[in-house]
Amino acid sequence: MTLQGKVALVTGGSRGIGREIALTLARAGAAVAVNYHNNKAAAGEVLGKIENAGGKGLVVQADITVFGECEKMVKAILDHFGRIDILVNNAGIRRDTILALMQEKDWDIVIDTNLKGMFNCCKAILRPLLKQKSGGRIINISSIAGLMGNSGQTNYAAAKGGVIAFTKSLAKELGKRAITVNAIAPGFIETEMTESLPETVKNDLLPHISLGRYGKPQEVAEAVLFLAQGAGYITGSVLSIDGGLSL
Amino acid sequence: MEVLEIVKGLISEQLDIDEEQLEMKTTFEDIDADSLDVVELVMALEEEFNLEIADEEVEKIKTIGDIVSYIEKQIA
Repeated sequence: MTLQGKVALVTGGSRGIGREIALTLARAGAAVAVNYHNNKAAAGEVLGKIENAGGKGLVVQADITVFGECEKMVKAILDHFGRIDILVNNAGIRRDTILALMQEKDWDIVIDTNLKGMFNCCKAILRPLLKQKSGGRIINISSIAGLMGNSGQTNYAAAKGGVIAFTKSLAKELGKRAITVNAIAPGFIETEMTESLPETVKNDLLPHISLGRYGKPQEVAEAVLFLAQGAGYITGSVLSIDGGLSL
Repeated sequence: MEVLEIVKGLISEQLDIDEEQLEMKTTFEDIDADSLDVVELVMALEEEFNLEIADEEVEKIKTIGDIVSYIEKQIA
């Protein structure tokens, strides 16, 4: 229980990789605020699982594309748990299509959620984190697309590449306060989000994955746990969790 | 207590600097305080004086005098 006494916020914590991150941090002893946008039932289910296992949690609704909602969310966490130590910027969406067919709204919503949402949440927790004077952990979920690009994902890849550049810059700003900022770049992880990809896309990818299989959400969550509970001398890093897909 | 005295006290505590080195015209550069140090000082002052200083105002702060006169205007 190495995260005993720590409080974590996981954005997009109700489903997919975020759900697994929330459950994993809770198992390690952290009190976990599970953020969701629309799927209240799924967030409630995650909270139920945390509490049934004897952990502490809280469900917090917010549209992370709106700064004011992120501020309110952080305030709700502080009111409930009295502190915040770990932020996992996980919430993300895809609107895949080639640029020739991409509409402005596809670009805007992906950038607003995946990139600006991270800015909003970091900005909202920064002052409370500084005030506590006990360091902190910010972990941003990027993507292999942010490192290598991906056809049909100019919007998603730009946002996820932006996440990496943001991570490195903020790591430089906050280093002296013992707040580490790192990014994780998952490859192909089996979630609801990737389930919807065409079979042909999935089958084409498989031969390029050195480990010969898709990843599991738990395997990303383990990396988040590693960065959250120790790893005090790692900051500004990008950790690829992709089974060798980026090699 | 005078605003200047309170500000000097907070800076000296936060940055571990002798209060006697601090004057109205002292810049944050003089005392090796970076912009995040200024933000932290502003946070402490907001609590002390129960006011809010907008991020745009914080960016303008260069000297201890800038902070003192801003606060004096706000609480007047």
